[in-house]
Amino acid sequence: MNPGNEQDTITDEMVQKHGLSPEEYQRLLGVLGREPTFVELGVFSVMWSEHCSYKSSRIHLGRLPTTGPRVLIGPGENAGVVDLGDGLAACFKMESHNHPSYIEPYQGAATGVGGILRDVFTMGARPVALMDSLRFGRLDHPKTRGLVRGVVAGIAGYGNCMGVPTVAGETRFDRSYDGNCLVNAFCCGIVASDRIFLGTTGAPGNKVFYVGAGTGRDGIHGATMASTEFGEGSEEKRPTVQVGDPFQEKLLLEACLELMQGTAIVGIQDMGAAGLTSSSVEMAGRGGRGLLLRLDLVPMRETGMVPYELLLSESQERMLIVIEPGREQEVFDVFRKWDLSVAEIGEVTDDGVWRCTWHGEEVAAIPVAVLTDSAPKYDRPQQAPAALPGLPEIVDPDPVGRLPAMLADPDISDKQWIWRQYDHQVGTDTVVGPGADAALVRIKGTRKYLAYVCDSNGRHVVLDPFVGTAGQVAECARNLACVGATPVGLSDCMNFGNPRKPEIMWQFARSVDGMAEACRALGVPVISGNVSLYNETDGVGILPTPGLAMVGLYEGPPPRVAGRFPRGGLTVALLGGVGRSLGGSVYARQFGFDRHGSPPLVDYAAEVALHDALRALIGAGAVEVAHDLSDGGLLVALAECCMEGVGGIFNVGGDAGALYGEDHGRALIAFAPEHAVQVRALTEGVSFRELGHTGGDVLRLADTHGYAVAELQAVWRNSFPEWLNAGAVATLATA
Amino acid sequence: MTARVAVITFPGSNCDADLRHAVGLFGMQAVAVWHKDSTLPAVDAVLLPGGFSYGDYLRCGAIARFSPVMVDVVRFAGRGGPVLGVCNGFQILTECGLVPGVLLRNSGLTFQCRDVNLRVEGKPTPFTGGLVGATLRLPIAHAEGNWFADAETLARVEGEGQVIFRYLGNPNGSVHDIAGVSNSAGNVVGLMPHPERYVEADVGGTDGAGVFRSLSASCFGALPLKAPGATA
Repeated sequence: MNPGNEQDTITDEMVQKHGLSPEEYQRLLGVLGREPTFVELGVFSVMWSEHCSYKSSRIHLGRLPTTGPRVLIGPGENAGVVDLGDGLAACFKMESHNHPSYIEPYQGAATGVGGILRDVFTMGARPVALMDSLRFGRLDHPKTRGLVRGVVAGIAGYGNCMGVPTVAGETRFDRSYDGNCLVNAFCCGIVASDRIFLGTTGAPGNKVFYVGAGTGRDGIHGATMASTEFGEGSEEKRPTVQVGDPFQEKLLLEACLELMQGTAIVGIQDMGAAGLTSSSVEMAGRGGRGLLLRLDLVPMRETGMVPYELLLSESQERMLIVIEPGREQEVFDVFRKWDLSVAEIGEVTDDGVWRCTWHGEEVAAIPVAVLTDSAPKYDRPQQAPAALPGLPEIVDPDPVGRLPAMLADPDISDKQWIWRQYDHQVGTDTVVGPGADAALVRIKGTRKYLAYVCDSNGRHVVLDPFVGTAGQVAECARNLACVGATPVGLSDCMNFGNPRKPEIMWQFARSVDGMAEACRALGVPVISGNVSLYNETDGVGILPTPGLAMVGLYEGPPPRVAGRFPRGGLTVALLGGVGRSLGGSVYARQFGFDRHGSPPLVDYAAEVALHDALRALIGAGAVEVAHDLSDGGLLVALAECCMEGVGGIFNVGGDAGALYGEDHGRALIAFAPEHAVQVRALTEGVSFRELGHTGGDVLRLADTHGYAVAELQAVWRNSFPEWLNAGAVATLATA
Repeated sequence: MTARVAVITFPGSNCDADLRHAVGLFGMQAVAVWHKDSTLPAVDAVLLPGGFSYGDYLRCGAIARFSPVMVDVVRFAGRGGPVLGVCNGFQILTECGLVPGVLLRNSGLTFQCRDVNLRVEGKPTPFTGGLVGATLRLPIAHAEGNWFADAETLARVEGEGQVIFRYLGNPNGSVHDIAGVSNSAGNVVGLMPHPERYVEADVGGTDGAGVFRSLSASCFGALPLKAPGATA
């Protein structure tokens, strides 16, 4: 291959293969003032890709609230940071790895986890919690089982080895994800609030170091691949998927945090999408300086590599570090101790140009501002899609009798098969782990606990992106309140279809506005995030899926609240009123009406009152159980509370809306009768309805139905693993 | 005088900080030891942590056994010093030959993180002094915890009381439900479950506490062992 040190003639075909439109190429010629070299064309192609430049979404993301009294660092850095008080801060972000995971599930998901971990420890934070939000296609689609197994194994393989607990997550299924699974990975770390590291350059003369794994040919043009739709032949894109090595990353994590104990580092940036190119350009851009990179000094793990490949490789487990001259030995000492590659590959310059040489010859020289500021920015046309049909009346003579089928629904059934494969306890701080409303993880040596939840609900969002997304924000905050925590920040991972379609762009813009409104109303800043567009195959897009990850803070003695009934003799009450909204519900989908009607609305005042009441109840130790109502509504939430084996007698009946409506602003609580007066006092102003009492091993409802808890447990626990194992048998039979 | 307990960090160890934390909770002093150190400091016991030493590449524990510090650990064990390997630490102990058997892939083929019930049995060890006969609920977190040995070794291990922990409900297919074994002298113990994870009531439970109490008691019951390499 051409090493790139000659002035190539750039053909239209080369431009198209690099994912640039003819107009964008003209723009490139204009801002550069000359024809690019082949190497430079590659550089522009990744820097101007949707994945790196946010060219279709940036104009909308500006409407999100990103500031607040706790926000130390908002969107734009590797991850956002919020203040936790007492000199501590939480650093977190959620990011997608959708396209690679569909092409190569194990490595795609694994490197998604690896990438988000690096984003967090780059900032100087030690990662303390991981979460994953997953979407797959129909259960009877031939690819779904293999994707589930591969993605889960990949997440486990990487996260477990890193020694960071995977404490929460969610997995849902819908036919729209048949050709595009979603893998959104979240990581949170803890950092001293005065020891946060940024990706910047400092003064000219500072030295640029490359540390971590050597560079190979994997992942070349990954960012460009992730910025297009899938069609026939997508399997051929497998070489664009990176290969992860969690052992290298564990060493890199420890080595970086060790070097960060000292004062040698001026700036540090991980090499993620678009690798060496993006990381070095971003650092130079933030520092307002130029940069010289001597590419022949980059540690390589394959022979015969050329500048084009070195600049565009997305090999994992690599970092770029800028230090002051004279501190070189400290870097060598730490990274050699951990047996990692380390090389001085360049320096910070004062001419504002991003320059790369290959054995002394210049192969690229582009003003930094051209790469960072002149990327195209589109206000793409928007148009509301044709109205979806209303929700017809569902004829169901025995809605209560539908409970077992609801518990077996793939969006509701127990996902222990997944989260048992993740180490959710390493670090010995996990107070509440997976399977709960939210995870709760202590910070050793303090009275602080961080709560984590991730949620997204494409069923609601597709019906009304504004209302559906606002509802998700409310739901996340409610989940945190159910473990006693107050939200401190949100990270968003916007998974949508092709933004060149006006209907998709409309969904995106409305979703952003709904999120913005709810975040303002609930006082939750958006501090980091990522956008994944072009989640389409053969022209069919996914449900609009804004993946949200919210972090909450609890301070005080260890909160003693569970999501399941721990014993008999407790009074059970519904806070927040009777439901009626079946639009976008799991129940409606079971009748085939999953693209019908409107999603439930959010009443912010009621929502805030409920969350405050839940926190007060838990803080006072007045309740033993708090459980949010979401998928499947009241009856499913009540059954879930019985899944430790304790049943009860409850006055719950009525129509399907009351049983399975997914209205917001509601939660179940259970408390000892002697706390009744205190509970009523603390829930003043919140709709309160006593439902019954816990006890026995049967769930009795409205004097008409009784279910042995063991039978409900079996349905809820077994339906997911049985589906997976049925697949194993079928695969063997056809092999 | 405070008992000093070495916790070795191999490249890829990730339960080393958890072990040090647990040791500290029971009044002992944890001493962090780097795998490249050529000698052990003067300590009363040595703990090998869980994790993925060398990424579990080649075979779990197979590369870590060649770490420089392991020469001294083997000597320390040979002089009767208490040595405990948890999870990956257990795998390393089997690779060194300090405890019998090997650890195979789980019969279910996947990593499993969940609680198991165990019975403490066998000969007295520094880690299970007052616990024999007790039932403990502890978490496992491994993909290769399926303990196996040939028939002759198995008969000897069973006959000599070297089975120290046995699963009540086998999570990984290990032969005779074995979860942890000792060497013939009883001073070296390896087990797959993680006692260090359940030492505080608010984080999982306290069923692991007995292991650390036993260690503390045994450190005070005997004269502190000098590290062989340090004074020779």
